[in-house]
Amino acid sequence: MSQPLASTADTQPAAETESPLLAVNNIEVIYDHVILVLKGVSLSVPKGGIVALLGANGAGKTTTLKAISNLLRAERGDVTKGSVEFAGESVQHLTPNDLVKRGVIQVMEGRHCFEHLTVEENLMTGAYTRTDGAAAVQQDLEMVYGYFPRLKERRTSQAGYTSGGEQQMTAIGRALMSRPNLILLDEPSMGLAPQLVEQIFEIVKRINEEEGVSILLAEQNTNVALRYARYGYILENGRVVMDGEATALRENEDVKEFYLGLSASGRKSYRDVKHYKRRKRWLA
Amino acid sequence: MSPRALTAWILGAPGVILIIGFLFQAIAAANSSFFFTWGYYAEVLIAGLLQGVMYSLVALGFVLIFKASGVFNFAQGSLVLFAALTMVGLMEMGLHWVLALVATTAVLVLVALAVERVVLRPLVNQPQIILFMATIGIFYFLDGFGQTLWGSDVKVLDIGIPRDPIFILPGLVEGGILINQFDLYAAATGGILVAVLAVFFQKTRIGRALRAVADDHQAALSVGIPLKVIWAVVWSVAGFVALIAGIMWGGKLGVQFTLALIALKALPVLILGGFTSIPGAIVGGLIIGAGEQVAEVFLGGFVGGAIQDWFAYMLAMLFLLFRPQGLFGEKIIERV
Repeated sequence: MSQPLASTADTQPAAETESPLLAVNNIEVIYDHVILVLKGVSLSVPKGGIVALLGANGAGKTTTLKAISNLLRAERGDVTKGSVEFAGESVQHLTPNDLVKRGVIQVMEGRHCFEHLTVEENLMTGAYTRTDGAAAVQQDLEMVYGYFPRLKERRTSQAGYTSGGEQQMTAIGRALMSRPNLILLDEPSMGLAPQLVEQIFEIVKRINEEEGVSILLAEQNTNVALRYARYGYILENGRVVMDGEATALRENEDVKEFYLGLSASGRKSYRDVKHYKRRKRWLA
Repeated sequence: MSPRALTAWILGAPGVILIIGFLFQAIAAANSSFFFTWGYYAEVLIAGLLQGVMYSLVALGFVLIFKASGVFNFAQGSLVLFAALTMVGLMEMGLHWVLALVATTAVLVLVALAVERVVLRPLVNQPQIILFMATIGIFYFLDGFGQTLWGSDVKVLDIGIPRDPIFILPGLVEGGILINQFDLYAAATGGILVAVLAVFFQKTRIGRALRAVADDHQAALSVGIPLKVIWAVVWSVAGFVALIAGIMWGGKLGVQFTLALIALKALPVLILGGFTSIPGAIVGGLIIGAGEQVAEVFLGGFVGGAIQDWFAYMLAMLFLLFRPQGLFGEKIIERV
């Protein structure tokens, strides 16, 4: 409590000074013309960065990602205010197909593999928008198998019959096949064993470093996300309530309390927790 | 399909045919009014199988659209009629049948684009029942539009396929086996069509995208597969299949409005074979074609005939009871 909240004003990421790869400015999203889900979310992803979007269920993480990748429209959602800029250009009115061509691809929550296609066919669908020839695609297929040797072993299995971890790998590999600049990675830890989660994050970090792919990560698993990301935003009720360097967020008392389940002063009573929450909402 | 299932089919199908044959032979031995010879049995069976290919041709069009959009396309029958009418109309204007075929294909692509733009796009993300209702609308539109354009008289569609029956294997069976040449050509055409479609679906980029869309619309969108393009392609391909079916059925029955109703025969074929399987549409068609023919000829006498009219639906009902996904339908993969 003694530590001040990391405010948006004084801890902007360094990349803000040059132009960021992705800039989301104060977007508002409404579903079905009535349900207000995002109430002004702003964030930015620097070139080559890993940025985490944290928050509880229903906070608006997935909606934010879908607003960027424009999958929202297929769910009757609409960005009613604000703007989304990718590499300095407004990309709000592009179709997902155009966005993938420009290098923005989303890995959806819950994997969403094509169940009846083999693992390799799944990966190849990721290359649908590519126009640089079969040889280049083949080369990237080998690159994906390099990151995920497990997928090479399972290449001829129907994706629906592979394990959850393998499906997550397939989904990430499939996105990688489109030669992206930015991957929007939604909840990669969902339903996976802790060891596997660690392994997948390790590979994501390697992809980020070796292929220069920027990553915007939506996660409920705050602990893991903040260890791999460089910068984090915390969403609550459709608003960014806190943001800062990942290391700073990890040390923040409120984050520890609410999202990491740690506390400097031992267990608190329920009443104290309620008080904390109230205070935070006001600040937000 | 697994190799084991394949062997089961290769050994099982002739086995069933032989068993039914021996059964009939036994009945014939016990009952002198029951006529049975192996040659006659083979003739009926072959006629039935060839008829079955014709059913498969119609069923194929349904499978294509069902696979890519999960919608049972009620309009497929009227698409067959529309294609046949256009083809005949163009030929009556003096076009050679090859040219007419190309021109009709172009018309059907236009129809596909229009359907995507006018019907499917505004209805994206609606429940499937809504899309199904929309295809009923398309059915009536195409039905009326085709006849307004080309008239509602019964027309003859003749692209020069020989129709004379021929006799095969005169040495083996007394008198030989009578086969309708037209049906033989239809079967060959069907075979080629299926082979082409199989390659298209398995080996090409668009084909893979089509299967991806069939599995998961959202995920397909997320990797940048444009649904608009895919739907237009699927309807175009289904239109082309309808054209082939229209040429064959039109050549057999004449081009007239009842052609649209052969869709009703495709329904049990689909239930038997599975809505999502191209091999299923073929095998389903063969089983129904052969089954109803054999039942009609040999068992018709016992129940007063007209088995052909209900046999397919009866079989479909049994399948719905015991194997609702059909013979080759995709099992719903569910991991726990």
